[in-house]
Order: sequence, then structure tokens, then C-alpha cells
Amino acid sequence: MNLGGSQAVKSMSVSSSSVTRKSGDGVSDQFPAGLRVLVVDDDPTCLRILEKMLENCLYEVTKCNRAELALSYLRENKNVYDIVISDVHMPDMDGFKLLEYVGLEMDLPVIMMSADDSKKVVMKGITHGAVDYLIKPVRIEAMKNIWQHVVRKKKVEYKGKEYEQTGCVEDGEQQQKPPEDAEYSSSANEGSWKNPKKRKDEEEEAEERDDPSTLKKPRVVWSVELHQQFVTAVNHLGLDKAVPKKILELMNVPGLTRENVASHLQKYRLYLRRLSGVSQHQSGLNNAFMGPTDSTFGPMSSLNGLDLQVLAASGQLPPQNLATIQAASFGQATNKSPVPVHLVDQRNLFSFESPKLRFGEDSQLLNNNSKQINLLHGIPTNMEPKQLATLRQSAKSFGNLNTQLHSQSSETGSLLTQMSQSQSRTPILNEISGTHVLTLPSSPGQPMLLRALPSSVLSRNGIENVRRGTLGSVSQPSPDLEFSINQGDEFPGNSFPLMSNSGMSILTSKGMLQEEVNSEMKMPRGYLPNYDTSDELNQNRTQDWGMQNVGSTFDVSQHSNIQGSLDVLPSILVQQGFSSSHKSEQSRNAFVSKAAFSVGDGRIGNTSNPGHPLNLSLADISQRIKSERLPNMGFQNTFFSEQFGQDDLMSALLKQQQEGTGAVESGFGFDGYHLDNLPV
Amino acid sequence: MERNHLQRRAAYMRETLFDQGYLDEQFIQLEDLQDDANPNFVEEVVKLFYTDSARFIRNIELALDNSTHHDFEKLDDIMHQFKGSSSSIGAEKVKRECTQFQEYCKAGNLEGCKRTFQQVKQENATLKRKLESYFQLKRQAS
Repeated sequence: MNLGGSQAVKSMSVSSSSVTRKSGDGVSDQFPAGLRVLVVDDDPTCLRILEKMLENCLYEVTKCNRAELALSYLRENKNVYDIVISDVHMPDMDGFKLLEYVGLEMDLPVIMMSADDSKKVVMKGITHGAVDYLIKPVRIEAMKNIWQHVVRKKKVEYKGKEYEQTGCVEDGEQQQKPPEDAEYSSSANEGSWKNPKKRKDEEEEAEERDDPSTLKKPRVVWSVELHQQFVTAVNHLGLDKAVPKKILELMNVPGLTRENVASHLQKYRLYLRRLSGVSQHQSGLNNAFMGPTDSTFGPMSSLNGLDLQVLAASGQLPPQNLATIQAASFGQATNKSPVPVHLVDQRNLFSFESPKLRFGEDSQLLNNNSKQINLLHGIPTNMEPKQLATLRQSAKSFGNLNTQLHSQSSETGSLLTQMSQSQSRTPILNEISGTHVLTLPSSPGQPMLLRALPSSVLSRNGIENVRRGTLGSVSQPSPDLEFSINQGDEFPGNSFPLMSNSGMSILTSKGMLQEEVNSEMKMPRGYLPNYDTSDELNQNRTQDWGMQNVGSTFDVSQHSNIQGSLDVLPSILVQQGFSSSHKSEQSRNAFVSKAAFSVGDGRIGNTSNPGHPLNLSLADISQRIKSERLPNMGFQNTFFSEQFGQDDLMSALLKQQQEGTGAVESGFGFDGYHLDNLPV
Repeated sequence: MERNHLQRRAAYMRETLFDQGYLDEQFIQLEDLQDDANPNFVEEVVKLFYTDSARFIRNIELALDNSTHHDFEKLDDIMHQFKGSSSSIGAEKVKRECTQFQEYCKAGNLEGCKRTFQQVKQENATLKRKLESYFQLKRQAS
């Protein structure tokens, strides 16, 4: 165990008599005693043994023999558990899928267990973002140390938050979730995002960093600007050679820690990976996303709030954006269907099936979306309100981006398309995007900015899995993101820009999204594991991706399409990426970032159908991202305004796409990254 | 004293189970978990296991009896779960047979699977019998 961690714990625990656990706080004074653990295993013998072991460690244990049930517990209340332990092999849901969902929606650390100790499976756990992998039979000694993951996550979040507050550009949106709440439960995710291989480093860092580590650390909010800097740095170094330390140096942002960067980098990678995986899927997404950048984008001013509702209401949400986003996810940019922003409610957003974004139902969608804005919850990126706000801001910048994107490539929707294309592989991404997008509107002024979506999006694998599971059935939790952005037939084509830009576009294309969302949302709520919780998440999580903002921004950027969407998308995507892939954090990130990138790719709408509906399911989006070269990847620097860290992601993604989307498709090994293609 | 004698017998039986490889270290983990609040924890868990194992065994039997098509992957999967379960209580011999069965599955060797499965059943039944005697003895001794 790391000394740092224990030190942190000591500093935290008051070592008093009773366990004083505040509701939102999650950290008891007697930490780690009282750690709230949810253990999931279909084997009753193992479950009972684990329960007893955890009880003996003085943890508060809840056991569950079904993954679906566990998810519902988790969704019911964001802050009920600190950490989740799950078996890999379960009859009702694959453990990795659950892992993704939890990571996306609740951002909690998840430990995987299995009697299977083959390298392949263990690696899968790592790539999906598990904080640890235990081989059965599990010993109590292994249980004694699980609190480290919770602490680690919080520490990272705290650091990030510190930075965030000082360096963040968001204009005031820092509406982050109350640190305590977020910190403890969601921060766990942060930690979990960290690449297990880096755990040592992180641990060391934690030790070096001598902050008291109260476990209530604010999350780092990767604003657009920050993210942009990050992506710039990564590109400069070359993805292969991008190591957190160097990135940190290049970024030269005061208050940002190597750990933050490491975490973000991981997510980013996952996102990219996911994008590549997704690219197959989306053929039409791009169109959808890239959709008409023109009008539909509306004022991307505050994508952060991507308040779809608002957008819808104002009719500003450019369907394109939504479409873009959706397209990204769905891969079927039908041009016309607005991205069903509704993802929020309809998990199925990702259903690629027909783009039914009917913007007409914008308000409905928006509402839905708003609820779901939290879809992104899952995204470990702490999409807190702050982020949403960021999104909003991003939305604004998106507008700019869009124009830029637009100029960059005629295919504004390319991003989306790309995204959608890349979606096939990573449905989750789509989902994520979808969710992100949707979630945007819900929380007013919350910077949706996807925190570092890329990473989430990158977890392509996760996405894929999610997608597989979810796409098919609405009932599957993962498809939340599937808000088939492109669903709407009538997608004016504007909605997509969202996707491309940052997934935010999805939001903007309110109209589109709405429809799409509606259709998408048809999914039983329960499905969106990631998103689904969005309802709760949205509400609870401040990550309202602020679809509304997106919408508005989209309108403006409609013309430029991508611009608006870019701004938005990155955030959206980011968020989405996060939430959707529960399965694989990576994919989530990847997806999101991909989506973001695709959006910014300028390819948005570049598909021949300007009116391409946004029904890009996240999968599409991710696919798109993957497949289409994100021409705009390069514009990460150009397009994305400072606000958008995510834009950078998106652009980076886009760029990558451009370079060689194929690469992305590779399996989730990090080596498969198409990032190689990233132009540096 | 009768009680003392019974206690010694129980202890001896336990030791034999370990020596003969029926139980492994994991069983000790279970024993360590037992406390005053849960004085029969080990027995409780073992009972859970045997309830479950009956189900596993039945499923495998069904899968093996399928004369038309044998899905080795499914067999492997079921056995994998059973193996995880048996290893959690420290049933060493059972676990070993499970592993062997999985090897045959991977090799697509149906006959090997069937033979090994008989071993699995036998070991499972043997251990169950022995543990039942052991617990009974312990109860009498206390």
C-alpha cells in the first residue's frame, strides 16, 4: 500500500469514537472503517464470504447478486457507496459492462474479481478502468486495502479542483458538485480511471504531494482551454511519447498535478481508442453531426449548460449538433434527424435505428435531456456543474469552432460522421456522447465540459461492449448514450455539429436531438446505466451538460456547424464518453473525446447530407470519429477556444481521424491507438 | 471427558482433511472469519456451497448429456463458475478436478470431460460427507 495513502487516511480520520458519516460526505472520521462497499457476485457462496470479510474490515457492506440490481442501487443515490467490487462472470450482465456503467455514471472505483487469472481477462479489467483485479479465492487481506482506491481518487480530484479553481477559465460556472459529495463518491472514479500501471506513480505522487488529502478534493475540471492545452501538449509530444510529466511541463499550468494529467491522459487515450472502435459504426453519423452547421447551431454560447430544454425551447439547438453527436454515436448520420437529445431519458439514444430526432419535440427532449444530462455521470471526468458550465462556454466557443471547422473542411459534419463511424465499435462512446449531450441542457449553466472526455471516450472497448449490450435492447443500460443523434429524419443537419464539436453540438441541435432523443429515449429508463442514472445523475450530478447551452450555441454555429458543435461537442462528447461507457471507462472517454473531436472535425455535416440527422448514437459518433478522419483534429488548436478543453480533444480526435482513423479501431490495447496518426 | 474427547476427534478430523488435501488454506480463511457474532459461519457457507453445487452439477450433466451438440465453451463456463465457488471454500480436490475438466473442454475432449466430471462429482460428494461429519462432531463437542 502506499504510504501516502495511509498518511492521507490518517490525516483524515479523526480517529474518534463513532463513525460520523455525513450523507454527502462519504468519508467517515474513522476511515477506512465505515467505507461503503457494494459487492456484486452471482455466486452466493462467494458473496457471503466477501460480505463477511468486508464486515470484518469494518466496512459497511451491501451485497447484491445481480448486476442490474446493483446498478439500480447505485443510481438511486449517488452517494451511497464509495466503492464497488464486482465479479467478472455474471449471468445477467458482464462484469466489465457493469464496470463501465459505474465508471461512467457514478465515477466510483470498481474492483473486479474472478477465478480467471488469464492475462487477457486481467488486461481487460485494466483497460475497462478497474482500479484493481483480484483473483479468486479472495483473501481478507486483499479486502483490507481497498480503501486506497477511494482515497486515491479523491486526492486526484482534489488536486484537480484546486487547479481548476485557480486556472480554470470558465466564466464562473464553477458549479461543481459539493465537494464532499462529489469528492468522495465521484472522485473514486478519478482514481479508478487511473491506469493501474500508473498506480505506483500516482501513489508516489500522492506521497510527495503533501496535501492533507482530506478526501474531499475538488475535481479537476478540464475546461476547454485546459484540455486544449493538454491536447496540444500531447500532440507535440506525440501520443506514444506523451507522458504525464512531460505533458505537465508543456502545459505549464500552475496548480495542475502530474496526477491530474495522468488521469486525464488515460481517459483521453481511452477516448481515442474508443473512437477508433466506433468509427466503423457510424457512417451516417458524420453527416448527422456535421450537419448543417449553419443555423442550427444557434448561439453556442453556453454549451456548458447544454440545456437541451432550453435549446429546444429556443429552437436554437441546432439539430446538427445533436445530430452530430448522435451521428457520432450512431454512425448514421441521416442528416436530418436531430440528435435526440433526449438521451437523458431515453437511454436508447444510441439506438441507431432511424433517426428520429424530431425536433419538434424539442422541449420534450430537452426535458428529457436535461434529466439525462447526467448521463455523463458515469464519466469519471467529474463532469460537474462546472463542467457543464464549461460546456456552455464551450458552446460559445463552439460557434467559433464551428466556423473554423467549417472552414477547415467542408464537411463540417465530418466530425460527427467520423464519430458515428467510429461508433460502430464503440457504442458506448455514442452513448456517452449521447448522454453528454443530453445532459447538457439539464443543468443550467453547468459547464459540461467534458472533463477529459477523451479518456472516457477512449475506452472503446468498453463502449463496444456497452454498445453491444445496449444497442440491441433498449433495456440495456448502456445505450443511454445511444441517443441516436441522427435519428431525426428531419434533421436539419445542424444538429450534428454538436457531435463534431464536442458532442455539444448534439445539444445544440436541439431540434434534432429532441426528436432523436425522443426516439432514442424510448429506451426504458433503466437502460441507460450510464445515462439512466442521468436522471438521477443529472439532478444529482452537477454535470449538467447543459445541453441547453449547446443548443444555443449551435444555432449560432449552425452555419459554421462545426464551430458551434465543436464547442459543444467536445464537452458533450466528453461527457458522454464518460457516462456511457460504464463498461469501459476508456471507451467512454475515448468516445467522448472522439465525439468531440469529430465534431470539431469539421467533417460535421460534411457528409453529403447536410440535413443529416443527428441521430448519431454515440456509437455512431465514436465510429465516425474513428473512421472518418477527423480533419479537424488539427483544429484542436484552432477551433477550440480556450474554453474547451474538450474541443481539443475533439479536434485531436478529429485530427487523428484524419490521419488514419483506422488505427483507432484497433482493439483496446493502447497500442491500437490511432493516435499514432495524430499529427503532432 | 466425553466433550474433550469429541473436541480432539474433531480437531483430528480437521487436520486430516488438510493433510489429505481435501481442504486448503482458503478454509482457514473462512474459519478466521467466524466470530462470536457468527459462530456457525463456516458451516453456513459450506451449506450454501453445497446447495449451489447441486445446481452446477445438474447443469453440467445436462450439457454433457446432450447427444447432439456439445458446447465446450458453455461447459467450460459452467465449470469455471463452479471452480470459483469451490475454491472459495477451500475445496482443493474438487477444484483440481474442475481444472482438469476445463482442460478437456479446451481440448474438445468429450470423453475426457465425462470422465473428469465423474471425478468432480465424487470428490464433491466425499468432501460433503466429511464436512458434515466434521461439523456434527464439532457441535457435539461444544
